[in-house]
Parts: sequence; structure tokens; C-alpha cells
Amino acid sequence: MRSSVGDTGTGPEKRGMNLTLRVWRQQGPTVKGKMVTYKVTDISPDMSFLEMLDVLNEQLIMQGDDPVAFDHDCREGICGMCGVVINGEAHGPQQTTTCQLHMRSFKDGDSIDIEPWRASAFPIIKDLAVDRRALDRIIQAGGYISVPTGTAPEAHATPVPKKDADNAFDAATCIGCGACVAACPNASSMLFTAAKVTHLGLLPQGQPERNDRVVNMVAQQDREGFGGCTNIGECSAACPKGISMETISRLNHDLLGALRAGARPKS
Amino acid sequence: MVTVTDSTQRRTPKAAKTTSVFKKAVMAISGIVLVLYLIAHMIGNLKAFAGADEFNHYSEWLRTIGNPALPGATALWLIRIVLLVAVVAHIWAAVSLWRQARNARPERYVTKKAVAQSYASRTMRWGGVIILAFVIFHILDLTLGAVNSEGRDGEPFDRMLASFQNPVVTIFYAISVILVGMHLRHGIWSATQTLGQSNRRREVTVNYAATAIATVLTIGFLLTPFSILFGLID
Amino acid sequence: MALELFTEGDPIADTKAPMDVPIGERWSERKFRGRLVNPANRRKLTVIVVGTGLAGGSAAATLGEAGYNVKSFWYQDSPRRAHSVAAQGGINAAKNYRNDGDSVHRLFYDTVKGGDFRARENNVHRLAEVSVNIIDQAVAQGVPFAREYGGLLDNRSFGGTQVSRTFYARGQTGQQLLYGAYQALERQIAAGTVEQNARTEMLDLIIVDGRARGIVARDLVTGEISTHFADAVVIASGGYSNVFYLSTNAKGSNTTAIWRAHKRGAYFANPCYTQIHPTCIPVKGDYQSKLTLMSESLRNDGRVWVPKERGDDRPANDIPEAERDYYLERLYPAFGNLVPRDIASRQAKNVCDEGRGVGPGGLGVYLDFAEAIQRLGRPAVEAKYGNLFDMYAQITGEDPYATPMRIFPAVHYTMGGLWVDYDLQSTIPGMFVIGEANFSDQGANRLGASALMQGLADGYFVLPSTISSYLADGPFDKVDDSHPAAVEAMRGVQEQTQKLLSINGTRTPASFHRELGQLMWDFCGMERTDEGLRKAIDRIREIRQEFWSNVKVSGDWHSFNQTLEHAGRVADFIELGELMCVDALHRRESCGGHFRAESQTPEGEALRDDENFAYVAAWEWTPEGQPPVLHKEDLNYEYVHLAQRSYK
Repeated sequence: MRSSVGDTGTGPEKRGMNLTLRVWRQQGPTVKGKMVTYKVTDISPDMSFLEMLDVLNEQLIMQGDDPVAFDHDCREGICGMCGVVINGEAHGPQQTTTCQLHMRSFKDGDSIDIEPWRASAFPIIKDLAVDRRALDRIIQAGGYISVPTGTAPEAHATPVPKKDADNAFDAATCIGCGACVAACPNASSMLFTAAKVTHLGLLPQGQPERNDRVVNMVAQQDREGFGGCTNIGECSAACPKGISMETISRLNHDLLGALRAGARPKS
Repeated sequence: MVTVTDSTQRRTPKAAKTTSVFKKAVMAISGIVLVLYLIAHMIGNLKAFAGADEFNHYSEWLRTIGNPALPGATALWLIRIVLLVAVVAHIWAAVSLWRQARNARPERYVTKKAVAQSYASRTMRWGGVIILAFVIFHILDLTLGAVNSEGRDGEPFDRMLASFQNPVVTIFYAISVILVGMHLRHGIWSATQTLGQSNRRREVTVNYAATAIATVLTIGFLLTPFSILFGLID
Repeated sequence: MALELFTEGDPIADTKAPMDVPIGERWSERKFRGRLVNPANRRKLTVIVVGTGLAGGSAAATLGEAGYNVKSFWYQDSPRRAHSVAAQGGINAAKNYRNDGDSVHRLFYDTVKGGDFRARENNVHRLAEVSVNIIDQAVAQGVPFAREYGGLLDNRSFGGTQVSRTFYARGQTGQQLLYGAYQALERQIAAGTVEQNARTEMLDLIIVDGRARGIVARDLVTGEISTHFADAVVIASGGYSNVFYLSTNAKGSNTTAIWRAHKRGAYFANPCYTQIHPTCIPVKGDYQSKLTLMSESLRNDGRVWVPKERGDDRPANDIPEAERDYYLERLYPAFGNLVPRDIASRQAKNVCDEGRGVGPGGLGVYLDFAEAIQRLGRPAVEAKYGNLFDMYAQITGEDPYATPMRIFPAVHYTMGGLWVDYDLQSTIPGMFVIGEANFSDQGANRLGASALMQGLADGYFVLPSTISSYLADGPFDKVDDSHPAAVEAMRGVQEQTQKLLSINGTRTPASFHRELGQLMWDFCGMERTDEGLRKAIDRIREIRQEFWSNVKVSGDWHSFNQTLEHAGRVADFIELGELMCVDALHRRESCGGHFRAESQTPEGEALRDDENFAYVAAWEWTPEGQPPVLHKEDLNYEYVHLAQRSYK
């Protein structure tokens, strides 16, 4: 086998970093969890953070221990599946996804605390993996444009000013990772909801449902048990896609306007 | 616009009233009322530099605004009622959002780092509680004269002198005013954002404006008591 | 000859496309001749859709809108995570907005030629026709495509085509299109027409009376294994590039759904057709878990080179101009650095095989922007490629403005997949396969910006039309857990799960996966030889044996167990890997992404053998110990004439 992962040998020729990891271990949603300390050795600075966790897990499996559960998929920063709080920061010290964080951001001998996203709306499945379906339910409440397949008019029928299209795109880049919730001192999902409200609200195609959309999405996020936004800005600072706080202002504007116009959330 | 306007739902239903954004709007609007009051209050305070007579006259005027059309201190009481409603609404929204936030994260992080939040935004809640305690003391002290025995029957100017010649009172006052300043620094920006009036272009301006207003009010409120403490006003 | 490795069965043919009308009318004619289901009857019919990428997500949403009962399954937490999200470049459509001579026929022609004449003409023509509707649909959903100052959609030319027909949303076209489909799907979930099954993996197909009637699936959170029944099953589980372990696919992308359906009787077509993308970030170390693609657009301004001398390990900037070999410009003066993907990839491999590769292990070539920075200025290069340069710097820790990027080819897409007819129905009645999971539209090589087109064409427009012909015979007799077919399928899955957990050997699933991947890359990758493939087949059989006697899976089955998930997927990859090698071995020609060293022109270019190999190889699974059976579907080119591709 060409791979040497899982090798815990500490030969003198070793080139990588030695790290102490304190990882949140929790068997299931209702069980109490705790931080457990592990050592990993010979970590290359070119590894991604998740590759470092792979090394730990291979090690644990070979020892007959339970590997650390963590979510991940594309490992290129776009699917939004990965995400852990690293030394108190959602996705770690760089403004990127956990999978795009590389070990060169750490030094030999560092101690790294790894915790799951913490929010009651994101129940822990196991260890670092959480259930983020609450975000999908916010989309279900109105984060779409109702256009059944086949009913669309010709694409050029409605020109969209480039500026609006570009701003809509910026908001639409949200990957739904949940880092905004994890970073927010109130565990609020406002940036997530605001990104979608902004994306669709800026486009002419999104206008007919604009009032209902914002009212229902906000009602849903409250129902899910997220906290309220107090405009602190941790969300935007942690957002791997740099979604701006402006989207939240836009959501507030749309929501207050919609309430004045008589839009009411569906119960 | 397609909106759900069921006839049974003409009035703002409970669900809409309790959305976190609605609470925030309540907080923003009540906050604006209180900021406007603070500006007027500060201008009044600065009258201390014009001397005792001017100050007492101003104080008397406050009690007789609108006379003789309105009897006695009606206007003052109206202002007091508006302020009381604003304070209660502000606190209701704050407590309710605070509770929502606590329920939203029952298990805290073992390690949590603040990246973007300013000291001002972090101290909104506890700062708010301290400010409330101060306001109660402040009213007891200067409005009701319950703290300082010499103040009760004296002229407002004397009551003020009596209070602020006491360094402990002045320091408590100063700390509270600085907290108010920080509270405003985040609060003004936050209200703009909550009322949907901020955007990327305006963000810098709003932030400067928030800092400017907060600074002016803080200095304005500190000038009088320190001048009294150091004997510049007597 | 490789006769001992397979046997040949009866030929196979598509019978659904109406061949009595000209190609331009076949799709509308098929829709007209197909049977319909009355809207009132649709809610009595249930359809299972496995996967929520562009194909599965759009199909589930569209079927839900039509009024069918849909059950949607995905292995991630949210349908928005499907790997379509990672597609960067764009989506083709024959809109001719640029007035540059594009047409449905030209898109059809380019795609057939680009597929190196190994795709079915009828399917490709339909794809080109439907392409224009996709753009309309996406725009109406609010997909924020790039626009020009006049507010109209922007287009660019992509992958060496001569017309500008590619629509894009910066470098995140797949993401934006997927979110369009995802939002449509969530709307149907809210409307109650689509039942959601998140973090649930299909592990077997249930066939009753010859019809696909359901699936066995495992809830990845609770570990519960359960059956789900329907009148038809649609598989949209994507490609199988992860058989190579390192690929640009998501870590979870797997072959399990299509492989287990294959083992239930669905033919697997052209498994060896693999696309290897030339501009990926090279492997850094043996801990590497995946490869990252850098958009092909970089080749518009970057120049590819290696040192002239082998073993020249000076830093790139110290190698003088005269000692550099801009090999693509030298070999293909007409196209230069813009030759198609398969050619750029193979030449990179050739120079590395000569010992002239750069970077760790000599597996890389330079992609140099020094000339572009000098010509256009750094700000212009930043504006054009800034995000890609940042991504490169993030991953490698090197500054691509100062030193040339290093790139190397990586597996990116699999053109092969389950065999389907014109209706996208597999050889199992009632099981439909759409998107990358089927084989139908890309031939032996896929052109840039046509994967998104195919996924959405299948999901929004083709499948929802064709499936009604099948469902018109339903609803079929009710089936439940107690049906012998369901009992048998459940038992099979339970036994395999128990078996994986009970071996308790000494190697992790990941270690088997890595070994398999390296073997596939070495012998069934960019260049394939008779000898190498035979060696690979022998070795894969050994790996398979070792896997089933020495794998170590920790934990239990009734909880969230990612090691167990991985082990099941690796088991399927091992079997698929063997079939891929058999397919590659039997196809003694070079075509598209399949380059057989024995079949090349004197200049070293791929040489097709239309005489003997102008067919689709559809493989039938046979029980243990018996070689797979090859069924040939002859490819006839009525409208696009067979010609050798040349980019000299």
C-alpha cells in the first residue's frame, strides 16, 4: 500500500506537524457530549483540514475506535456540506469553507478545538455532524419562484439590468452551509434567509411573490427556533461566500413593506 | 403584488407581531424616540453653563410647556408617557430577543471567538441593564430628589450641583453615559439596518453617523457633571 | 482477443425513436405517439427518484408539478448539495443570440462530432432541440445568468466551439442551475407532491413481475433499512469517477445505485468512457482526498510548457525561454493551448512519462500566465481569472501571479452509464435513468458545457414526457414488504451489511479504495493497453477477494456510520472497475476519452475503428464466476458523417 495514513510512527525523519485536537464527541442528539483529546502526527501543511481529520479517522478505525463523524462532500468549497467550529470560529481562521482551510494555517504543536455548529435548530446527529434541514424548510416556505416546467416565457422577454443581475448573483452564491448560524451569538439564520430574499427580490421574475416570500420565510425561521438578528455581523464575517449584511437590511425593508401591504404568513 | 389578505386576517396577527424582525422594528423605533429625547436632554443640560437662573428657568419652562392652553405639566407628562412606553417597548423587545437567542443555543461553545462584533455590540444586553439601573437612580436622584437630602426642595440647579460635586455619583454617571454612547454606537447602525435603510453604499456613512452621534451625545452629557466636579460651574 | 473475459449476446437496439420521420421531427413525433396519463389519475401513480442533482432534482420537481406522487431520495442532508453544484463553466443552448450561425443542427453536429461518433444521433438531436427551453426555464426560475449592459443574457464560446452558445453564471453555473431545480423541488415538497428522504441511500432495486417497483434504502442517520414502492423508478445518481479514488467528484459520489440496478439486470453501457480534464491542481501527497478542477477557460491565456530536458528541477522562473517546450503550441499549431480536453490531457501525460513533468513526483506541467500578464497587465488578468488564481493559491499556497501554476489531468466525468432507449428507459421495464448516470448523449467524449445541458434536458423535459407512456399502464398491482421480491432484496442488503461489519480485518475501506483508484488510473486512465488492462483485471480480482476477507469497518449498522457507507460503495467500485477494464480491453480502438495505445495514427493521435467498433457496448451482469455478456447496439450516422477528428 502506498498510503501511510494512519501511521502513528514518530520516526526522527518526520517532516510534518504534531497537533493536539480536542474534538466534540457526542453519540446522538439526546446524549451528552464532551471534548475528547487526540494527537495527530506528521501533518503536512499542504493537507486540507478535512484531510487531517481523515488521518485521525483512519488512525481511530485501525485502533478499533469509533471514527469522528463529520459532514463533507465536494471538498471544493461549493456544496456547503462541511462545516465545523475551529478554535471558536465557524470554518476556522480563514474566511472559507472547512474543506478549503489548509493546515498551513496552523503551526507545529498547536492545539485545535473542533466543535459542531451549535443551534437548537441544528440538532446534532453525531459528533460534528448536524441536521440542517431547517434551512431547507425555510426555502420551502417561499424561497422559490413558482414557475412550473414548460410555462416559461422566452428568456430574452424580460431584460434584467446588469447591476441587478450581478447583485442577485452575489446573494445567490450562498451555499447553505450554516456558518452564519454557527457564528451568530444569537444563532440566527438571518443571513441565509436574507440571501435568498435578496437574490429573488432583485429580479423581475421574483416580484409577484416578493411580499409573501419574505413574510413566510421569516415566519418559518422563527418557527424553526433560530434566534433573532441583532445586526452584529459575525455571520457575514464567517460566510465563506462573503454574503453581505446589506442583504439583511434588504430583507427587513421588504418584510416591513410586506407587512404594511397586508401580507401575512401562512400558518 | 399577490398577498394573502384573508378578511379574517386584516389585523396584524400574532404570528407577524412575534416575528423576530417585528420585535427588532419595535426596538429600532423605540430606540429612535429615546435618541431624540437624549438630544433634547443634552441641550438642556448644557444650559448649566449659562448659569443657575437660565437653567432653573429652562427647568420651569419644561413644566409649563403649552400653558395656558394645556393645564399645568400636561405636556411634560405626555413626554414622560411617551418615554415610558418607548422604554417598556425597548425592554420588551430586548428581553424577548434575548430569550429567543438563549433558546436558540442551549448548549454553548466550549471555545468561541468574536471576529466581527465590536465591544459596543457585545455589551448591548448587559450594558442595557446597567443603563436601566442608572436611569432609575438618575430619576430618583434628580427628578424625585430621593438620593440627595439637600436636593429635595432646592432649585434644580442646586440639586444638580449637590449630586455632581459627589465624585462617586459623577463617576457612576460617567460610566453610564459612556455605556449609553456605546449602546448608541451599535444601536443607531442596527436601527438603520433593521428598518431596512442600510445598504453597501450607505454602510460607511451610517457607521460614521452612528459614531458621530454617539460621541457628541457622550461628550455633551459628560461636560456638565465634570465641569461641576472640577468647580467650573458653581 | 479477450474472449475468456466476456461472451457476446444478442444485439440490442432502441425501438422507441420514430425512425420513419426525419430526425428533426422525431422528438415531437415520439411525444405525440406516446401515451398520456389523465391529470386525475396521476396522483394514483407513484414515482421514485433517486438523486437530486440537475437531472434528479428537476425530474422530481417536474413530476410533482404534473401531479404524480414522487418520492425523492438523496444521501446528503439537503438536495442542494448534489455534485452538479460544482460545475463551473456553463451550459450550451442553441439560442443563436449572437447571430453567429448557431442552430439546433449545429449544436447537434458539434456534440456528435465532439463525442467522437460514439453517441446516438437521435438522442443528441433531441438534446439540442430541448436546450433552448432549458434557458427559458432557468431564467424564469431566477437563475442569475451573466448579463450584458443592455440587460440581455451574455454568451461565451467554450471548449473550442466556433460559436458563442454557452450561458454562464460567473464560474458557478452548475451551482445556480442546481439551486433553480432545488427551489422548484422544495416548492413541490411544500406542496406535498414530493416526499423527501434525506440522508437515505438506495442499496437495491426491487423487481416484481419484470417491472421495477421499488428500492431498498438505508437511512444513513438511524441505519434503518427499509423498502419503498412505486410504479416506476428513476435513477439520477450521477457518475462514477470516484472509481479512480482521486477525481473531481464529491467524496460521496458513488456507483452504488446504478451498479446494484445493473446487478438486477440493467445493462451497463460503455463503462470505460471516462473524461479526463486537463486543468486540475496536481496531487500533493498520499493523504490527498480529492482533486480540484480549474476552469478550462484558463487555457485561453495561459501557456502550457515543461522543461526541454528531463529531470530539470530548477524553479520555473530560472528556466530560460529557450529551454522550455511549449508542447501544445509545437504539436498543434492551429489550436495551440486550446485543443480539446482529451488531447491536452494525453499530451500532459506523455511529457510526464518522458520524465519532463514538474512538481512533486514529476506529475504536473506548467500553465504560465507571465506572457498574459505582460501583454494584458496584471489588473486585466486579475479581473478575468482572479477567483481561480485565489482558489489555486488557497489550495497550493503558491502565488500564481509570481510563479506558473502547475496543473495535471484528473478524472472528471464518466460518459458511460446504464443503457437506456430513446425514452430513457433501461433494460428493466419501469426503471428510467437520467443525467450522467445514463450513457446516452455524450458518446466517447463530452464537450464542455454539455453536462448541465443533458442533466436538465433529461429532468425537465425528456423524462416527464416519456415516462407517461409507461405509467399509462399503471397503477400496477400493489406491492408491500411481504412480497417475496421485497423480502429477498431486503435480506440481501441486510446480509451484505452484516458481512461488512463482521469481517473485522486489518485494512480500512479507504485503503482499498486508494489502491483500486491507483490501479484504475495507471491502467484504465489516460492510456490503455491490452497488457495493462489484463494485469489490472487480475489485480482487481485479488483486491476484491482481499476486501471481502480483510476489510475493517468499525461501529454498527444501526447508527450513523460513515465507514460502513464507504465500505459498501467501495465494494461496488471494485466490481465496476473490473467491468470498466473488460470494456476498455474489448474496445481495441481509440475514441474520445478512451485511448488505446495499440490504435493510434503515426503522429500519435487517437485512431478510431468505425468498421469494427461503431457500436455501444451494453454489458449484462452475470452471476458470480461467469463472464459478463456483451450486447452491441449498432450506431448509424444518417446526418453527421463519420470523420476522423483532427486538431492539427
